[in-house]
Amino acid sequence: MRFFEYESRQILEREGIPVAGGGFATNAEGAKQIAADTGGPVVIKSQVLTGGRMKAGGVKFADTPAECEAHAKEILALEINGHVPRGVLVGAKAPIAQEYYAGVIYDGIAKKPTFVFSDMGGIDIEEVAEQHPDHIGRGHFSTILPHMDFIAKDVVASVGITGSDLNRLTPILSKLAELFVKYDMTLAEINPLVKLEDGSFMAVDAHMDMENEARPRQKALLKDLGVADEETREARDPTDFEIKGEQIDSADHRGVAGNVTEFDGNLGLVIGAGGGSLTLFDAVRRYGGKPANYCEIGGNPSVSKAKNLTKLVLEKPGVDKIAVMMSIVSNTRVDIVARGVIKACLELGHDPAEKVAVFRIPGAWEDEGFKILEKYGIEYFDRSVSMHEAAKRAVEKIQG
Amino acid sequence: MLIDENTTFIVQGITGREAVNLTRECLDYGSKIIGGVTPGRKGREVHGVPVFDSVKQLCEELGQVPDGSVVTVPPAFTKDAVFEAIEAGVKLIVIVTERIPRFDVAQMVELANLRGARIIGPNCLGIIRPGIAKMGGVGGPAKDAEKAYQPGRVGVMSRSGGMTTEISSTLTAAGLGVSTAVSIGGDAIIGSTYAELMPLFEEDEQTEAIVIYTEPGGRMEAELARYVTENQGAKPPVGAEGSAKLPIVAFMAGRFMDEMPGMSFGHAGTIVEGKADTAAEKIKRLADAGITVAEEISEIPDLVKERIGVAA
Repeated sequence: MRFFEYESRQILEREGIPVAGGGFATNAEGAKQIAADTGGPVVIKSQVLTGGRMKAGGVKFADTPAECEAHAKEILALEINGHVPRGVLVGAKAPIAQEYYAGVIYDGIAKKPTFVFSDMGGIDIEEVAEQHPDHIGRGHFSTILPHMDFIAKDVVASVGITGSDLNRLTPILSKLAELFVKYDMTLAEINPLVKLEDGSFMAVDAHMDMENEARPRQKALLKDLGVADEETREARDPTDFEIKGEQIDSADHRGVAGNVTEFDGNLGLVIGAGGGSLTLFDAVRRYGGKPANYCEIGGNPSVSKAKNLTKLVLEKPGVDKIAVMMSIVSNTRVDIVARGVIKACLELGHDPAEKVAVFRIPGAWEDEGFKILEKYGIEYFDRSVSMHEAAKRAVEKIQG
Repeated sequence: MLIDENTTFIVQGITGREAVNLTRECLDYGSKIIGGVTPGRKGREVHGVPVFDSVKQLCEELGQVPDGSVVTVPPAFTKDAVFEAIEAGVKLIVIVTERIPRFDVAQMVELANLRGARIIGPNCLGIIRPGIAKMGGVGGPAKDAEKAYQPGRVGVMSRSGGMTTEISSTLTAAGLGVSTAVSIGGDAIIGSTYAELMPLFEEDEQTEAIVIYTEPGGRMEAELARYVTENQGAKPPVGAEGSAKLPIVAFMAGRFMDEMPGMSFGHAGTIVEGKADTAAEKIKRLADAGITVAEEISEIPDLVKERIGVAA
């Protein structure tokens, strides 16, 4: 779950990391006020959860409060990659001596969190890592031992920093590591972290991601920041179709109908489970099919959950037929999914044999399931027909 | 290879609905489950398996430390259960639970490394050695597992539990069979990655080739590619020069995700956090290391046969 820049700055502040002056505003008057309070030149930045703000015109500079107000008005009205800004961040422009990068992420290979630090801040860190590896410092830290400053110190020193800079940077990195752990972050970065002409350090821009799985135990922080439970913060806002999918899943605790995602094709997909859905979606596209949606069923759903998901897909405008496919199931029951799918067709007044292009779910209770499918004349496959062959057949049928 | 017919294990959270099924399935398959743990349920039995309040109590009363444990407790309690098992001396832990926060997983793995224990998972279905034993829900009920998994020559490692069975079934149908299949888990951090399990497969006399199922997200395919390269490269096709290391065939799902950065599909670990995490980049790295990348599951048996020099 991504945080807005202004939220990330608030998190830094509450953990004692100095942050450049300024504030967050949701309207142009508020932005003007912040500029007046700050006194001096400011930068106005769109608060959106997407990249490329600078290029899109979402970042502007102003010398006076009136100029700030005018820029804020423009930025607030500017959609970036389909995202409407939450507001603007008005930041004081301070005399900068040097820019640094400080981040903490997980290293899935070492299976530990790691610092990433550079004395070349303000630019894309992946680029720095590729072109100037000697300007990047890294260091893993333990998840069991208490946090120790020496690791942060070694990371900073490894790019050649010493003197008072080293002693001032070390606690900032340590605090960043501590908040990364405390708030279940998967990414916590300050970019740039700047050194002012007076030798002090402060964060100018920050970016944080919290793990979705940890949201239940981070309620206090989310409440303080005003993040509502229903804010998913995905790469784009959910569509009505996706919200309905979510509702079908949560209405019944039996089984899963997850990750319902809208696409604009004509072949509806009732597919599962995690890996099976990824494989099948690729397979449909490989044979030129145009999926109307993505989803993941599994965990032995009830007849009604399978039925409601199927209905949702069938009722989606532009859907001509559906393909019901999964990898071999051992927990989900073939007969239950078959009954749900058939019921959905019948309740909507469709002939299941016509609407269901293919049914390919082998595994638990398959004999019972195949018997029902046979009765309704639905074309079904057992495990001897591969997932790709089934997907190919579905595409052929929909293309007539 | 991880487990055999004598491996003893326990089930933590044994009285949960899924755990009861899993216990039944494993017992039917011939696995040795010597006990289970659910706090407050001491004295009960699950399919004849005695239940205890704690791992320590179980070890004391049975007079032995089990070789392994299958952990199926809710995410908020998993870390405690896994620490409990490791501190009691259990050396192989299969974590079935999904939706465990990454920090907790990192802690469990770090402790396991300190104590010389191995974790498989989380968010996995466990390990199966066809015809010998299974540890976890992989393959489902014994009769279903038998259908998909016949003993044979190919090792399987998969980030998806369901696809472990799909691929194994394909190998079984093609007459190749499966030596050991490991559902390694779908999370961003897992206890045992492909590269970490490779040495076990290399030492296993039964295994002649490896098939892996992979997804976008994370660096463990890159880690495997590096492992293979550093170990003199995967075995080249028949007739070509090269070392005698195990040949590997990979299948990559979720290629469509490359067009949709930042969106999450499939497992928790599929989230793409950098360009090295994309399907296209992974396929390239695997191929560069001499690993054959299959376009479809049904191609896998022939690709394996080609790599081990068996007529298709």
